[in-house]
Amino acid sequence: MFSSNLSNLSEGVDKAFIIILSISFFFLIGLTAVLIYFIFRYRESKNPVASQIHGNNTLEIIWTVIPLVLVLAMFYFGWIGWKPMESTPPDDAIHIKTTARMWRWLFRYEDGRQSDTLVIPAGKPIALDMNALDVIHSIYIPAFRMKKDIVPGTPRTAWFIANSPGTYDLFCTEYCGLEHSTMITTVIVLTQDEYDNWYVDNTSVSADVAEETSSSASIGKQIVQQLGCNACHSADGTKIVGPSYLGLYSRKELVVIDGEEQEITVDDDYLRRSIIEPNIEIVEGYNKGLMLSYKDQVTDEEINLIIEYIKSVR
Amino acid sequence: MSSNNLPEPSYLEYKGRFKGLFAWIFSTDHKRIGLLYLYSIMTFFIVGAILGLLMKFELIAPGKTIMDAKTYNGIFTLHGITMIFLIVIPGLPAVFGNFFLPILIGAKDVAFPRLNLLSWWIYIFGAVVALSSQFLGDGPPDTGWTFYAPYSFKTTTNMLPAVMGAFILGFSSILTGLNFIVTIHRMRAPGMTWLKMPLFPWTLYGTAWIQLLATPIVGITLLMIVAERTLQIGFFDPALGGDPVLYQHLFWIYSHPAVYIMILPAMGVISEILPTFARKPIFGYKAIVVSTILIAFIGYFVWGHHMFTAGMSGTAQFAFSFLTFLVAIPSAIKVFNWISTLYKGSIQLRTPFYWAASFIFVFMIGGLTGLVLGSVATNVHVHDTAFVVAHFHFIVFGGVGFAFLAALHYWFPKIYGRTFDEGMANTGWVIFFIGFLFLYFPMFILGLKGMPRRYFDYVQDFHGLNIVSSMGAVLMIFGFFLLFINLVRSARFGKPASKNPWGGPTLEWQIASPPTVENFDKIPKITKGPYDFTNVKPD
Repeated sequence: MFSSNLSNLSEGVDKAFIIILSISFFFLIGLTAVLIYFIFRYRESKNPVASQIHGNNTLEIIWTVIPLVLVLAMFYFGWIGWKPMESTPPDDAIHIKTTARMWRWLFRYEDGRQSDTLVIPAGKPIALDMNALDVIHSIYIPAFRMKKDIVPGTPRTAWFIANSPGTYDLFCTEYCGLEHSTMITTVIVLTQDEYDNWYVDNTSVSADVAEETSSSASIGKQIVQQLGCNACHSADGTKIVGPSYLGLYSRKELVVIDGEEQEITVDDDYLRRSIIEPNIEIVEGYNKGLMLSYKDQVTDEEINLIIEYIKSVR
Repeated sequence: MSSNNLPEPSYLEYKGRFKGLFAWIFSTDHKRIGLLYLYSIMTFFIVGAILGLLMKFELIAPGKTIMDAKTYNGIFTLHGITMIFLIVIPGLPAVFGNFFLPILIGAKDVAFPRLNLLSWWIYIFGAVVALSSQFLGDGPPDTGWTFYAPYSFKTTTNMLPAVMGAFILGFSSILTGLNFIVTIHRMRAPGMTWLKMPLFPWTLYGTAWIQLLATPIVGITLLMIVAERTLQIGFFDPALGGDPVLYQHLFWIYSHPAVYIMILPAMGVISEILPTFARKPIFGYKAIVVSTILIAFIGYFVWGHHMFTAGMSGTAQFAFSFLTFLVAIPSAIKVFNWISTLYKGSIQLRTPFYWAASFIFVFMIGGLTGLVLGSVATNVHVHDTAFVVAHFHFIVFGGVGFAFLAALHYWFPKIYGRTFDEGMANTGWVIFFIGFLFLYFPMFILGLKGMPRRYFDYVQDFHGLNIVSSMGAVLMIFGFFLLFINLVRSARFGKPASKNPWGGPTLEWQIASPPTVENFDKIPKITKGPYDFTNVKPD
């Protein structure tokens, strides 16, 4: 568990682990052995008369000083192992804008390319410029020993170097509501060459998808998946947190505007308003405040594609 | 016992102003109040344990097993609130502190008996308010027992009653603490100097100060949540200009010392039980007293280790990690002294001793894994994973729970005046102990492998160990069921107990089982230390 050395952080962390866990196991096994030995050796049938011992000051000093020295050593290695996590990223680091929201990750690369998985090259410093849009999330890549809370309103940067190509889990470790345990994605570490190919090959996802399929609805579907809309809106009629897309378009809905009910028809305009200002017209039976505005996250063109997609779900 | 009269009735039979149930819920007798707490806490514990078991059933396989994510999130929140606020925080002080503190220091009651009864009523009221969150409004809260901002402001579930409940319960805790401090200062029997006081009262004393000084902070914090949710004052929610990390600081300034509210009395109980069964004085009495005070004191300054990933300055990380390691020392000193108490003893292998010895083992695991969490680098890796869940269950369930069951078996003959079936009790203990280890130990490994806590669903890699853990839960509950049935049955039908069935040296073993209303006919004069075995024998 502590030998793979998959990132520049893991060495210091794992060293601290090995030191602390070795000392702990030594004491646990040693003290348990003494405890069991005493229970057997001094049980009533073996030792009918107890010696009335009150204590021993020398022993008290010994077992205060030795643990003190040991914990100071553990403290030191824990501190040293943590230092690299808080340092500023080197100048040649690849900066990736990382956005956490209920319950999806979004990574935006330097040229504007977006991905819901984190694709990075091995051996290069990666700086994640992180931001949370709604509640506290925490980015955790166990293999890299990397974890940082992302507090809304307080952008933070975390940086690391992945040592070996492969795929690794990325979890959210700060409880963030209903679908917290689905806020999982993958870190794909590529060799530099593979990464260059991936990066240059397609600069825009829409273009990427457009090559494969020509229908605008299916491009819209890709965008919906990438932005994580389907964390809250199903396509099969299941009620999650927000209304399902199934049969939504051109349906009549009761919405609540400023506490007053009103009937509207779901059309292009309503869908656009719901993406830009999601909390003004809330469909009856759903809660306000859960969805955040996607104003600066999607272009008008992308919104049109999303609407095409929603039209197609019936 | 008066010489010219019938023997005085025991506190169980005593007839006062009220009859039936009222004779209990309006009684100001510290022993009856102790039992009121015992029955309330046991009831809540059974609820909390069933919730825990349901969570373990859900986690036996990835994906949805028996409930949906919403229910799961509600259940771990309720499990946490019940176990922490209703059971473990009041736990030992409210039950055994109430019952035995006055007796152990040679007093007839606590300093303020009516305030004591009020504490119980506030406790029940707080519990009702907290639990009402499950049934009123828009559904059970799903924030976790920590109510972290800003999620606790965004969730549409019924969070305010849970927060208000915790706020009200705080007052119960404060009043109990105040009562115990005054009792210990003013009501010790003549001749009982501070250093002749038994160790359970000593730990209650340390605990009482924490209850008194730390609880108001969480009270203020919870009120701030209420103000923020109802009046839109931006303390914690960034959307209103607040700082979510401030909430975490305020929450842990109380909630970390609260862990010491839980564990200190547990340490006290173990320090009472070991000498009795080793038939020799506790090893290093003064060292244990000093370490108790140190734990209570240093415990105030370590809360930051809950927040190593939250974005504190390097200086804060350094200081909190350092202090956390320091607080490990007094706990280690206690363990060394407990084990040395057995050296050259004449150990009677009885049920309370098994509980106390297994306490030492699980407490060591809980304490040593705490070192992993005190060190910054390793903390970052296991923070908010199953490792933390395993660690604090080893401390607050392994530590406090084992000590509670140790105390319950140890003092059972005194409380009910009846003995229990030791064969069945020991069987229950073995099954419980093994189940406990299987339930929680795999969670350490899961955490090291990276499984986050509060996860309704998990990746396939974590499956195997979760099965082991869930099986352990079933085993442990079965063990608990056995020992619980045994105690309930024995309380009614057990053989009458003598004054001093175990051969304990402290004052409670010199009075009748069960004690009379006034505990002592004559307040004893104390001339020797608490663990003096001269002329003490089981009868």
